[in-house]
Amino acid sequence: MSANALKLAFAALAVLALAGISLFIGVSDVSLGALLSSSPEDKPMQVLLISRVPRTLALILAGMAMSVAGLIMQMLVRNRFVEPGTAGTVESAGLGILLVTLLAPGMPLFGKMLVAAAFALAGTALFMRLLAAVPLRSVLMVPLVGIMLGGVIGAVTTFIAYRFDLLQTLGAWTLGDFSGILRGRYELLWLAAVLTLIAYVAADRFTVAGLGQDFTTNLGLNYRRVLALGLSIVAMVTAVVVVTAGSIPFLGLIVPNLVSSVMGDNMRRSIPWIAIVGAGAVLACDIVGRIIRFPYEIPIGTVFGVVGSAIFLWLLLRRRNQLG
Amino acid sequence: MARPSLHPALVLAILAILALGCIALFMTINVRGAWDFVLGFRGRKVWGMVLVGHAIAVSTVLFQTITSNRILTPALMGFDSLYQLIQTTLVFFLGGLAFATIDPQVRFLVDAGAMVLLSTLLFRWLFSGGRSLYLLVLAGIVFGVLFRSLANLMQRLINPNDFVILQDAMFASFNAIEPTLLVVASVVIAAASALLLPLLSRLDVLALGREPAISLGVDHKRTVGMVLVVIAVMVSVSTALVGPVLFFGLLVANLAYLIMPTYRHAYILPAAVLLGIIALVGGQTVLEHVFGFNTALAIIIEFAGGLVFLFLLLRGAAR
Repeated sequence: MSANALKLAFAALAVLALAGISLFIGVSDVSLGALLSSSPEDKPMQVLLISRVPRTLALILAGMAMSVAGLIMQMLVRNRFVEPGTAGTVESAGLGILLVTLLAPGMPLFGKMLVAAAFALAGTALFMRLLAAVPLRSVLMVPLVGIMLGGVIGAVTTFIAYRFDLLQTLGAWTLGDFSGILRGRYELLWLAAVLTLIAYVAADRFTVAGLGQDFTTNLGLNYRRVLALGLSIVAMVTAVVVVTAGSIPFLGLIVPNLVSSVMGDNMRRSIPWIAIVGAGAVLACDIVGRIIRFPYEIPIGTVFGVVGSAIFLWLLLRRRNQLG
Repeated sequence: MARPSLHPALVLAILAILALGCIALFMTINVRGAWDFVLGFRGRKVWGMVLVGHAIAVSTVLFQTITSNRILTPALMGFDSLYQLIQTTLVFFLGGLAFATIDPQVRFLVDAGAMVLLSTLLFRWLFSGGRSLYLLVLAGIVFGVLFRSLANLMQRLINPNDFVILQDAMFASFNAIEPTLLVVASVVIAAASALLLPLLSRLDVLALGREPAISLGVDHKRTVGMVLVVIAVMVSVSTALVGPVLFFGLLVANLAYLIMPTYRHAYILPAAVLLGIIALVGGQTVLEHVFGFNTALAIIIEFAGGLVFLFLLLRGAAR
């Protein structure tokens, strides 16, 4: 156990190092020397406080929250290949944001997030109902149904966006991008951090719920309540991240899978690891996106889309004989 | 729902009459001015729609046969994303203006050639390991995300004017088909369909699933491989011609299963093709003369196809 804690501390240090790098990459000169030689009211310190620190915090929070949200979904649905992006959750949140942008453009960000969360929850609930209604012949059928549902919701969203000339705006939510994060534009993500903490506290319940409704009831837990709690956390986290930064494809899928292939399925033990690995992965991909075409930036959704889908393909194709 | 009293050939005949009726209506409704111009202009559009309807219907039915699943479509194998990636790559490297003025035949050949090549390679590679079809389809989806991420990356880097040109190119349009392309596409699709003819009876066996097909003496791997090449050609050509309209296949394929009192591909395939023609030509007629052109047909089809999919799922038709 203490060896685990030590490893965890090293991993956390590595993430901190990445965060440090993230603070000092950018067009504006924010080196340590510039910070020390200028007064706090000058540009370097202001850039650091208004742009770099919020962005780095947002990356860490979003990475942790989305990875843990993916784990919760995998536990509740009892399928390794489910995450908000393969269950219609992300697409539903996008539809919610589009509708609220069209119908109530003046609504504050928090209100938009709540609408998006409501849509995300509805979409996820629809996904769960579909799973219950459709006879599943393979574990891989579950993400397929989810992706098809996401495609349908996405088609509706595209249809509306095309009619109102909002396609390019739509791209901002469907593709994760942290370049627009400033002080005052990311604080919602702290809510996601709180939700992640709640998930950690309730971890054992999700583990039990993952064993099935009958088993859960036998152990004296209210299955529906645990399910509702888990799905609400997932929907809120997804909505917060999509509203503030846009979706990051497969993050919630590959991080828990990679961690569980090393750690096993004890949620209480693996959640800290998943949070740290998620934060590190998001930080690293954002840094890569900022360096590749310096001084221009490549959105993290794109970088992670390439990296994440490559890892997902590896996860899928490496154990060809076990699935199917 | 099916009507067992009707002979499949009779149903086909009725569908053929309906399709011809739609075409006649499309050709003659609201004609003002010179007939020879109108017939030539609309004739090209009908020709394009017939080709696309044929390609999409056949590819979807074939795909559902080899996957033994009625809710999957070739769109899931990442075809539309690959198409968008190719289009975006062209705009990215040539610029929007050059892209818009490039010789359509060259563009078509590049699009279709690249898609057939890449998708066949992808299929071949994935199928080399004896993996389950669900795994293949899921891998196809993830490849789709990979392609889409790359396309998105390039779309982020082009200017908004180029993006508008790209956006027009990526949504299906039946008004901008070049007559010379139609000839090329017709030849390619006819060749692919001819390849399919001797396979028809084997397809009926294939629909039973992998193990029954093998025990009945079908070379499963080889037949599926050939069918996949046909699918790749069909989807590539139709997508390169008018853009991604792949949800549409789900619609016509399932309608064909519903209407036809048989499971034989010799009847199902033509029925799906005729339904595709009816839906496309009829849909375009309604779009032009009722809604006055203001929405791309592809988006309406995506919408309707999506609803059909949900309906199928909720009815438990997904197997």
